[in-house]
Amino acid sequence: MSSRIELLNAGLLRSDGRRPYELRTIAINFEAQGTADGSVTYSHGLTQVRVSVLGPHEAKPGTRRETFHDRAILNVEVQLAPFGVGERRRRGRGDKRLLELAASIKSTFEPVVQTHLYPRSTIDIFIHVLQLDGGLLPACINASTLALATAGIPLFDFVCAISGGVHGTQPLLDLTTVEENDVPSVVVGVMPRTGRVTLVQMETRLHMDRFEEVFRVACDAGKVLWSEMRGALKEQTGDLVDKLEAGPGMVVVKETEEM
Amino acid sequence: MPEITILKRPREEAVITQRMFFKKTARGKVIKVLRERYLRDDISCGIDGCRACNTTAQTILSRSGDTTHKDFPTGHYILPDTNVFLAQMDLIESNYFTPPIIILQTVMEEVRHRSLPLYSRLKALTTTDERKVWVFYNEFRSETAIVREDDETPNDRNDRGIRKAAEWYNAHLTLAHPPIRGQPKLALPKVVLITDDFANRQKAEREKIPCISVRSYVDGMKNSDQLLDLLSATGSDEVEPTRAVAGRTALYADYLPMSTLVAGVKAGQLHQGHFNANQFNYLEGTVPVPAFTKPVLLMGRENMNRAVQGDVVVVEVFDEREWKAPTDEVIDQEATLKNDDAEDSEEEGDDLMVHEHESKALRAEHAKKAPTEKQPTGRVVGIIKRNWRAYVCHIDSTSLTSSNATSLGLQTVFATPVSRLLPRIRLRTRQAPSLIGNKILVTIDRWEITSRYPEGHFVRTLGKAESKEAEQESLLLEFEVPYRPFGKAILDCLPPEGEQWVVPPKSAAIPEWRDRADLRDLIICSIDPPGCQDIDDALHARRLTNGNIEAGVHIADVSHFVHPETAMDNEAAARGSTVYLVDKRIDMLPALLGTNLCSLRPHVERLAFSVIWEMTVDAEIVDVRFTKSVIASKAAFEYGEAQLRKDDPIRLLNSLAQKLKAKRMAAGALNLASPEVKIHLDSSESSDPVDVEQKALHETNSLVEEFMLLANTSVARKTQESFPQTSVLRRHLPPPPTNFEKLQDILQKRKGLKLDVSSSGALADSLDKCLDPKEPAFNTLVRIMATRCMLSAEYFSSGSVSRDTFGHYGLASPIYTHFTSPIRRYADILVHRQLAAAIGYTPLHPSLHSKMHVERIMEVVNRRHRMAQMAGRASVEFYVGLALKGRNEREKEVTEDAFVIRTFRNGLGVFVSKLGLEGLVMFKRDTQFDAENYTISVPSSDVGRPDVTISVFDKVTVRIEVEKDKNTQRGRVKMTLVNPVDSRAL
Repeated sequence: MSSRIELLNAGLLRSDGRRPYELRTIAINFEAQGTADGSVTYSHGLTQVRVSVLGPHEAKPGTRRETFHDRAILNVEVQLAPFGVGERRRRGRGDKRLLELAASIKSTFEPVVQTHLYPRSTIDIFIHVLQLDGGLLPACINASTLALATAGIPLFDFVCAISGGVHGTQPLLDLTTVEENDVPSVVVGVMPRTGRVTLVQMETRLHMDRFEEVFRVACDAGKVLWSEMRGALKEQTGDLVDKLEAGPGMVVVKETEEM
Repeated sequence: MPEITILKRPREEAVITQRMFFKKTARGKVIKVLRERYLRDDISCGIDGCRACNTTAQTILSRSGDTTHKDFPTGHYILPDTNVFLAQMDLIESNYFTPPIIILQTVMEEVRHRSLPLYSRLKALTTTDERKVWVFYNEFRSETAIVREDDETPNDRNDRGIRKAAEWYNAHLTLAHPPIRGQPKLALPKVVLITDDFANRQKAEREKIPCISVRSYVDGMKNSDQLLDLLSATGSDEVEPTRAVAGRTALYADYLPMSTLVAGVKAGQLHQGHFNANQFNYLEGTVPVPAFTKPVLLMGRENMNRAVQGDVVVVEVFDEREWKAPTDEVIDQEATLKNDDAEDSEEEGDDLMVHEHESKALRAEHAKKAPTEKQPTGRVVGIIKRNWRAYVCHIDSTSLTSSNATSLGLQTVFATPVSRLLPRIRLRTRQAPSLIGNKILVTIDRWEITSRYPEGHFVRTLGKAESKEAEQESLLLEFEVPYRPFGKAILDCLPPEGEQWVVPPKSAAIPEWRDRADLRDLIICSIDPPGCQDIDDALHARRLTNGNIEAGVHIADVSHFVHPETAMDNEAAARGSTVYLVDKRIDMLPALLGTNLCSLRPHVERLAFSVIWEMTVDAEIVDVRFTKSVIASKAAFEYGEAQLRKDDPIRLLNSLAQKLKAKRMAAGALNLASPEVKIHLDSSESSDPVDVEQKALHETNSLVEEFMLLANTSVARKTQESFPQTSVLRRHLPPPPTNFEKLQDILQKRKGLKLDVSSSGALADSLDKCLDPKEPAFNTLVRIMATRCMLSAEYFSSGSVSRDTFGHYGLASPIYTHFTSPIRRYADILVHRQLAAAIGYTPLHPSLHSKMHVERIMEVVNRRHRMAQMAGRASVEFYVGLALKGRNEREKEVTEDAFVIRTFRNGLGVFVSKLGLEGLVMFKRDTQFDAENYTISVPSSDVGRPDVTISVFDKVTVRIEVEKDKNTQRGRVKMTLVNPVDSRAL
């Protein structure tokens, strides 16, 4: 019974053995997916999403009137694998939750992507949720940031998002499904270089006095995430550079692996 | 601020750290559940000065452990298994039990799954300062975390986890005590696994882990003699730490189909009646049925079969050989079931613990009982009608899984109704933590055969418990008193002049004056209690020239303002009666009528309905007439004031009243008593009670009463004569003699007194003889107890019952009705209308010609009347409680004299006459109980002295405390005996 789990025990350990300010393990995989210009499989704890970025490309015939003459538009689509969530259920494209999720991702990235460089074009972000254990929106945003970057689309900054909640008076970071069901939570997306916040989402009530604390902690956590994400991206780019230098058909053997 | 970090989990750890499984919900859906855990190395062992662990963490356990146990001279820590906490919590909690304890996370969680109340106690133990208790989070420490194997039950897995942790601890101790060079190797303290599970002990021995059973451990302790008593007998191997989820087995029998019930009742095989729960024993209830003189007894949950107080049920009566007598024991639901779990809905079918408790509680010594005490016994086989409504409850805080104020999770909790007659209600809510300490409204939705408790839902919060607003509202709700303000449609029925309304000047053309007697010149006065605003009666008396006396009773003419079939009339009929609480009055009619237009205030002309007698000086009625009138009262007296005045009209009235009373008494009227107290409020604003006082009876009080009785009787005769089919009357049936059997028996055995109940007159005489020269209050006590044996008076329609049952037993009057308080009783309004029709003033409204209609109204009015009385009493009780609380704060200890009115196997029912308060003194230990003689023997407080016997009617001294129930925040009066013995030790 899910309500039988103690979210934060007297020893200040959470139900999965983390302390309040510890984030779950993050794995980033840049393996190419089909024809996507940039793709990432991002897992955060047991939440796993796969993002493919296509574009910028010319708008498809028929949707041209939706484009703008001075900038590109972002097209975000989210799909939830039926096996990914607790209750097996097929969700169509019209699912309200998913549309809302897509809309918030879109509005998060609109001020970050340098869309003015690509007038009259579209950038597609396709998100597949493969497995879900809390923190869906942050995972989608972080993965999209990385995918956009690998697709070579110019960004003003990273967007690093993380969920935070309050258990009693203790702020918690990076909530799992069990925690999300119980504690009031807030999702914060920060642009770590400038420290600006591009997303704050709250679907539950949270006391004003508590909000500030959670918000600050979540902003700091965004910076921690940033270093992780930047490290992964640098490594990937380094690999690419090595491959380029070696020329086609060559296998790059990393020195570090030999040691 | 702690650092924010990302935990890295190596991929190869995934086997132990990740878990994916499917589970089936109650509705049959399959849900995929994902869990992971992060194993850490920074979980401290809690031992002082351990070098291997992070030393910055706070440590609780001393370095050498406990060295006082004879089996472990080198020092030890104990590591108890789950079954120890489940069965031996009292032992662990004892102050004599001092060894340092290591509680594993696995154990904590198992206890939590098994019983939340026990878990709360365990948690409390870990937070107390004086105890050396360390919680070790073994499931998160990388060395001690284990994974359940394929063929392993969850139970075995946990046992293995516990053994593993014990093993680790013992190995870890060598790190905590590194050998120091040059010194001989120290003997290390041990971590001892304590378990009552034999299989677990065997396995531990094989793995060379020190282990021991609870009993042998306690045996070896230095203060074992004190602790061995605390060992519970059930702490044996039969308790399994985790129960496999059992199928939902039925706890109750299914109800029979409705057609079978109806047919059975018709054929006389089954019996129908209202279910009454026993407030002293939640496992017992009765159903009064017409077929037996004694009510049918239902014993145990299965036989009560989900009936709730007030339900109309059908019972099957067992064979006479299986008839039983009611138990003499007080069985408190909260005490017996305090460790029961709210969320156990799916697996409570085999909850042995509860079952054992209850059957133990029910096991009374029936064999000893005299066969005369046996009652028809049966079981509920069906329910005709549920009478469920919204109940005022408190949330039981120990049933909460998370008491965190921010928790939004759905929780299943227990709501304990304020009324002791109701079972606990299981409730699912998302806001449980914020409801603690509040009074809330809960309705029952259903009661499945598989569920021990009914299930309900939260309606709304009434406010903080013990706040006056919440208490008042909960009281009104509990007694179903309609208390909403009057709506516009109702207020529109009032005369448009409002406060300015006056009797128009006399003229034949004006409808108000049609057929009205002009009594404005008569010297009429009213006598009422102090502060009375709704004066609905006034009196006059004068000598006539023929030597006789004319006396008149004038009642406010409410029926002039309240016309039949109007919104106001319907509302008044629904309310039935004005309800008087200590600090509030819930009006039946809008205040404009009650306190102004229909209040017979002095020096104001008012419309009235008058009953005027011509009497001889000996108070023999020569003639009586009824008339609508206009009066102008000349004076309004308070009770005390009128007594002092005694000028001519009042003296006349008084002499008549005394003669009337003498006549009434001669006819065999009863002088009954009920515990009536008066609350003194500090001021009208604060309404803090200052003191409680017994009501004093003034002579003028009885003056008014006599004339009202006379008016009611006269009116009753008149209306019954005019409308033999539908007149509204009031009767009091003679109580069946069996009701008095117990009281007679007690009086006979304890005091040697006889109570003659053959008629009301005989009863009145024998009550007068129930005197104890040493105890003046004894007589009142007997009267109160006799009153409780009687039936309650009721309104009825004259055509509905046979003529010979019209009588009023208490007043010894052959016919009676209510006519004198139309402002506060709806029945009186109907009587006014009927009387007006009887004297030809107005035609009778067609609805009052219909027997059916009158019967229906009478039913409502009777119920409302009863509820209003109970609400009033409950309000007084609440204020008595507040006053007691105040006194408890001011004085060190509140003690009062009390009479014993009932004896139980494990307690006494006492009555504190000074406070009008009835209470229960409970003994924890069993006493010598003599049901035959209503006596119990209690060990004396001084050692060596003989036992003290206490019996019914004995005078004792009790200490009265108001204590807050820890779980429900419900304040309740707790009484303990001070004299002849101090019962705190018992």
